[in-house]
Amino acid sequence: MFQLNIQKNSKTTLFNTTKIWDLLIIGGGPAGLNAALYAQRKGLLVGLITKEIGGQLHNTTSVENYLGFEYIEGASLSQSFHKHVKSLDIPILVDHLVTNLEKNKEEIFELTLDNNKSLKAKTVLFATGASPRKLGIEGEDTFASKGVSYCTTCDAPFFKGKHVIVAGGGNSAAEAVLDLSVWASKITVVHRSQWRADQILLDKLNELDHVTVRLNTNLVSVGGKEKMESVIIFDKMTQENEAIKAEGLFVEIGIIPNTGLLVNKITMNQQKEIIVDESLMTSMPGLFAAGDVTTNRHKQIIIAASDGAKAALSIQTYLRNQTKGEIK
Amino acid sequence: MNQFLDQNAQTQIKDLFQQMDKPITIVLFTKEEPCLTCVETKQLLEEVSALSDKITLVTKDLYEDIEEATKYDITLTPSFVFLDENQNYTGVKFNGIPAGHEINSLIGGILEVSVMKFDFSKETIDQIKKIDKPVNIKVFVTLSCPHCPGAVQNAHRLAMINKNIVGEMIEAQTFGELSQKYNVSGVPKIVINEKYELLGNHPIEAFLAEINKI
Repeated sequence: MFQLNIQKNSKTTLFNTTKIWDLLIIGGGPAGLNAALYAQRKGLLVGLITKEIGGQLHNTTSVENYLGFEYIEGASLSQSFHKHVKSLDIPILVDHLVTNLEKNKEEIFELTLDNNKSLKAKTVLFATGASPRKLGIEGEDTFASKGVSYCTTCDAPFFKGKHVIVAGGGNSAAEAVLDLSVWASKITVVHRSQWRADQILLDKLNELDHVTVRLNTNLVSVGGKEKMESVIIFDKMTQENEAIKAEGLFVEIGIIPNTGLLVNKITMNQQKEIIVDESLMTSMPGLFAAGDVTTNRHKQIIIAASDGAKAALSIQTYLRNQTKGEIK
Repeated sequence: MNQFLDQNAQTQIKDLFQQMDKPITIVLFTKEEPCLTCVETKQLLEEVSALSDKITLVTKDLYEDIEEATKYDITLTPSFVFLDENQNYTGVKFNGIPAGHEINSLIGGILEVSVMKFDFSKETIDQIKKIDKPVNIKVFVTLSCPHCPGAVQNAHRLAMINKNIVGEMIEAQTFGELSQKYNVSGVPKIVINEKYELLGNHPIEAFLAEINKI
């Protein structure tokens, strides 16, 4: 019933007193938290900076594919991660964004925060995750939070007894349908190609009698007056446009990496995902990346968490080699 | 009714309250049935205030204590406000039960009113202090919204720093009609002086930019 995330402040004072950190982690999702855990246990002087603890875990109601948990709420899994990390007294600065990242002449990273505070570190782990991808169609921005939503857990209650559209065909879309099914009177899934979601989710979805699925169909626009009232879809088979009356549109078509801070500084792919080597180091020595922010194809909680562990262990090796004067 | 806060949550909150400095008073307004979540909100606040001797909880009736209600501009129930050590209104208000993710707004708010230290740059704090017109910030939330406490806490911090500002959380499901009036179908939705709107959680600077439009 309660999702308490506030952490005791005793160690955050380290952010005022530490001259140079061994490792600063940017991002408080599964990758960042697990990296913090591993780094602290290895004895590194590590701090974590994040806007919110939990990252995208909070956008999902239930998690059923994290080993060890048959069923757990996204928020609860985030809480258990946080509790584990807190038990090691790792300094975490919540509700802050890093606004700039540079490497100085002494090969030390200098991070600027949104309150103009500056922090220095020998290595940095970029684990900023990703944000929901937008459809990029007419009316989407106009009706954002007026029917168009990117957070099912947040906004589902507003659509009690209403017809809503879910855009997307992956696990997130299927989960959104299941979340919405207890509120909405009718749900129409619109997806440009075929389902990519896990069969186990599709089986559950097939049991619902108020769900209609329109595959091979594109969303063209969102319309309405004060609030969203309808969408126009294009059926690729019949090659015809069709207007559907609906009061909500939940967009679950994937994610875009939060890499704005590093554009033109390190190597990325076309999707602006960070390219890393097998030790999860980026093209800038000492800067590592983990989780959904990287080119790693499978955006999964357990994979992000494992990335975090890998990165922390690689960072320890990197720091050890550096002190030995064996920089690659 | 069973306890809302289990042993684990109590220990956690008690531990956080160790950081409290000045005493604070919570004034809760309820009314006779029918009142959605009045009983639950009272119980939650009783349980929370029992975890620190620096918190005093006072319960009032919206209609019987009309003078007090007017003083804090209370029109909804349940609704509660925080007073500082001198019994002055801090501008921090909650409408509806702060359960789910909103427990963070409640506990965070108590700590900040008691300690009055903010992690903003000096320039930001100076800008907030300069605001010389009345500002009302409504933050509509749902209890399942993880991004909402960030927005609520920023509204509350603005209120704590400047007496001209009131920041209020509004639990959208309890106050459905009000939410409809403000066209809320996504949260957090921030409404400043009935006119300026922000959707989603925003940094304090975005709040300031909207306030400067007034």
